[in-house]
Amino acid sequence: MDKKRRDFLKIAGVSTLAGLGGTAVVDRLVSGTSPVQSRAAKEVDLGHDGGHEAVTQGHGAGEEVAKSGNRLGMIIDLRKFRENPALGDKVVEACHSTHNVPDFPDKKDVIKWTWLTEYENVFTEHSHYHKDRATLDNEVLVMCNHCDNPPCVRACPTRATFKNKDGIVAMDYHRCIGCRFCMAACPYGMRSFNWRDPRAGLDMNKINREFPTRMRGVVEKCNFCAERVGLGKQPACVEACGDSKALIFGNLNDPESEIRKVLKANYTIQRKPSLGTHPSVFYIV
Amino acid sequence: MFEKALEGNRYYWVWLAFLGALMSIAAICYVRQFNYGLGLTGMSRDVSWGLYISQFTFLVGVAAGGVMLVLPYYIHNYKVFGKITILGEFLAIAALLMCLTFIVADLGQPLRMLNVIFHAQPRSMLFYDMIVLNGYLFLNILCGWVILTAERRETHPPKWIYFFVYLSIPFAVSIHTVTAMLYCGLPGRHFWLSAIVAPRFLASAFAAGPALIVVIALILRRVANFDAGKEALNKMVTIIIYAALINVFFVGLEFFVGFYSDIPGHKHTLQYLFFGLEHHGHVYNNLVPFMWAFVVLFVIGLTLLSVPYTRNNKNDVWIGIGCASIFISFWLDKGVGFVLGGFVPTPLEEIVEYYPNVNEVFITIGIWAMGAFILTVLYKIAIKVEHEIEA
Repeated sequence: MDKKRRDFLKIAGVSTLAGLGGTAVVDRLVSGTSPVQSRAAKEVDLGHDGGHEAVTQGHGAGEEVAKSGNRLGMIIDLRKFRENPALGDKVVEACHSTHNVPDFPDKKDVIKWTWLTEYENVFTEHSHYHKDRATLDNEVLVMCNHCDNPPCVRACPTRATFKNKDGIVAMDYHRCIGCRFCMAACPYGMRSFNWRDPRAGLDMNKINREFPTRMRGVVEKCNFCAERVGLGKQPACVEACGDSKALIFGNLNDPESEIRKVLKANYTIQRKPSLGTHPSVFYIV
Repeated sequence: MFEKALEGNRYYWVWLAFLGALMSIAAICYVRQFNYGLGLTGMSRDVSWGLYISQFTFLVGVAAGGVMLVLPYYIHNYKVFGKITILGEFLAIAALLMCLTFIVADLGQPLRMLNVIFHAQPRSMLFYDMIVLNGYLFLNILCGWVILTAERRETHPPKWIYFFVYLSIPFAVSIHTVTAMLYCGLPGRHFWLSAIVAPRFLASAFAAGPALIVVIALILRRVANFDAGKEALNKMVTIIIYAALINVFFVGLEFFVGFYSDIPGHKHTLQYLFFGLEHHGHVYNNLVPFMWAFVVLFVIGLTLLSVPYTRNNKNDVWIGIGCASIFISFWLDKGVGFVLGGFVPTPLEEIVEYYPNVNEVFITIGIWAMGAFILTVLYKIAIKVEHEIEA
C-alpha cells in the first residue's frame, strides 16, 4: 500500500513538472504568433523604433523571420486594375508567354501560373452581404503567394520545391518526382501539374528561349520570375503593368524599398491569413 | 519453399491465369500512361489525387489490420489465433506491395522515385511513410518466413525473431498513423484537417483487415481444406464489430463538429459526400451513392455479425456476407470518399468532380489482381506447410 502511494506521488510530481513545462512552451508559442495579425504586418510596426530586434525577442517568437535576410514580395493594387480593365489579361499573358506555360483547352489538363478570378474565390474568408459593384464586376489577380512559411515546401519529399534565400518559393523541375503532395498542401490552389507533354500546348516557334519548357509529370507554378530577378530585372507581370504601379515588387525586409513604403501607406490584406502561411503577396482592395 | 506454390489443382491455375490476365491488361495500360503522362487519368489540377492514392490509403489499412491477429497471439498468448496469424502476416505483405505499386503508378516521374532517399526531406510526411511502409513490409516478410520455416521443420522459431514480431506491432500502428498524417497536416483542407483522422483510419483498418481475413478463411475452408477454427473466427468477428462501430462513431463525430459548429468549411465536404453540394445553381453529388452504400453495407454487415441467428448459423455463410459487407463498406468510406471528397471544394472554393478514366480503372484493377496473385501464392505455401505438419 505504502509503496503504491509513494509511486503515485512520484508520478504525480513528475507529471506536474512536465505539465508546468508544457504550459510554458504553449504560452511561448501562443505569444509568438498572434493569430490573425500577419508576420509581415508586425514587422512594419516594429520598423518604427530602432530596437526591433530586442522587441521581437521579448515576444519569445523564435520563428520570427530573419531580419537580415531578404524577402521578396508583391503588392497587387486592385484599384489600378479596376481603372484599366484590360491590364489583368495583359499581365497573365506576359507571365504565361515568358514562362512557356502551355495552353490546353481541356480543363483537366490546364496549367496556369497566374490568372483572374472572382473576389469571393480569392478571399474565401471575407464575408460580404450585398457586395458593392466594384467587387462584383472586377476579377482579382492570383499567383503563388511565396509564403514565408510555405506548406508546399514542408510537404515535398525531395526538396524539389524549396524557399530561396530571397524568399522566393522555387521549383526544381529535374528533381520533382510528380507525387503532387505539394498540390494537396497548397491552401491557395496555385500549383499545376504537367498531366501531358506541355510542348503539345505550345507553339514551339514562339516560345521564349530564355526559359525552359517543362517535361510531363512535374509540378510547376509562379516563380516570381526568379530567372529575371537574378539578372536585376523586374518580374514579367510587373513589367507588363508599365508605370501604372498596379503591381509593386520588392524586398519586404528592406525599410527603404518602395514596397515597404506602399505597405506602410495603405491598408493591405493577404489571402487566408489564419492559416499561418504568411503570404508575401499583399492586396490593396 | 516457393516450390509449394507450383503444385495445385485446375481451379488454382485458372484463378492465377485469370489474375495474370488482369495484370497483363494493367501492364499495357500502364505503358500507355507512362508514355502519355498522367493525363490518361481523371485527375486535374483541382482533384490532384485520384483512385491510385485512395486505394493506397485503404490498403495501408488492410496491411495494418493484420496486427489484430498478431497482437493477441504473440502478446496475450492467445493460442486460438495460432493457425491464422500467418494469414494476417501474409495479407500485410500483399497489401503493402499493392500500396507501393499504387504509389509508383501515381508518380509523374516514377524513374526519379529514389530522389525520396537521395534528397530526403525529413519534414515531409511522405519521407516517414516510405520508411514505415518499407519497414513493415520487411518485418512481415522476415517474421512470416522465419516462423513458417520453423513450423515446417516442426521446431520452435528462433528466439531473436520475437524481437521483430514485437517490433512489427507498433509498426502496424505507425503505417496507418503516418498515412493519416499525409492528410491531416495540410492547412486549408478542412475535411482532412482533423485530429481524429488517424484514430479513424486505425479503427477502419482494424475492421476491414480482419473482415477480409475472415472472408478468405471461409473461402479457404471450402477450396483448400483449411480450417481456421470456429473459436478463432468468432473472436475475429467480435474484434470486427467493435472496430467497425468505433469507425462509424468517429464519422458521426465529424458530422457533429461540422454541422453543430455550422462552420461552412467543416460542413462542405460532408455535404458533398452525403447529400450533394449546391454551387452556382448546380448540385454536385457524384459520390453520394457511394457514401450511402457505405452506410447501408455497414448496417447490413453489423446486423449479420451481431444477430445471434445469423452469427451462429452453422455454415458461416452469413458471417462471410457480413464481413464482406463491412470490408466493401469501409472501402467505400476510405478508398473512395475520404480521399476524393477532400478535394471538394477546391482551395478557391470551386467544385470540380472527379471521374476516373478507363485506363486508370484498368490499372487499378490490375494492381488489385497483383495483390490477389501474391496473396494466393503466399497462402498456398502457408497452407501446404500446415497440411504437411498435419499429415
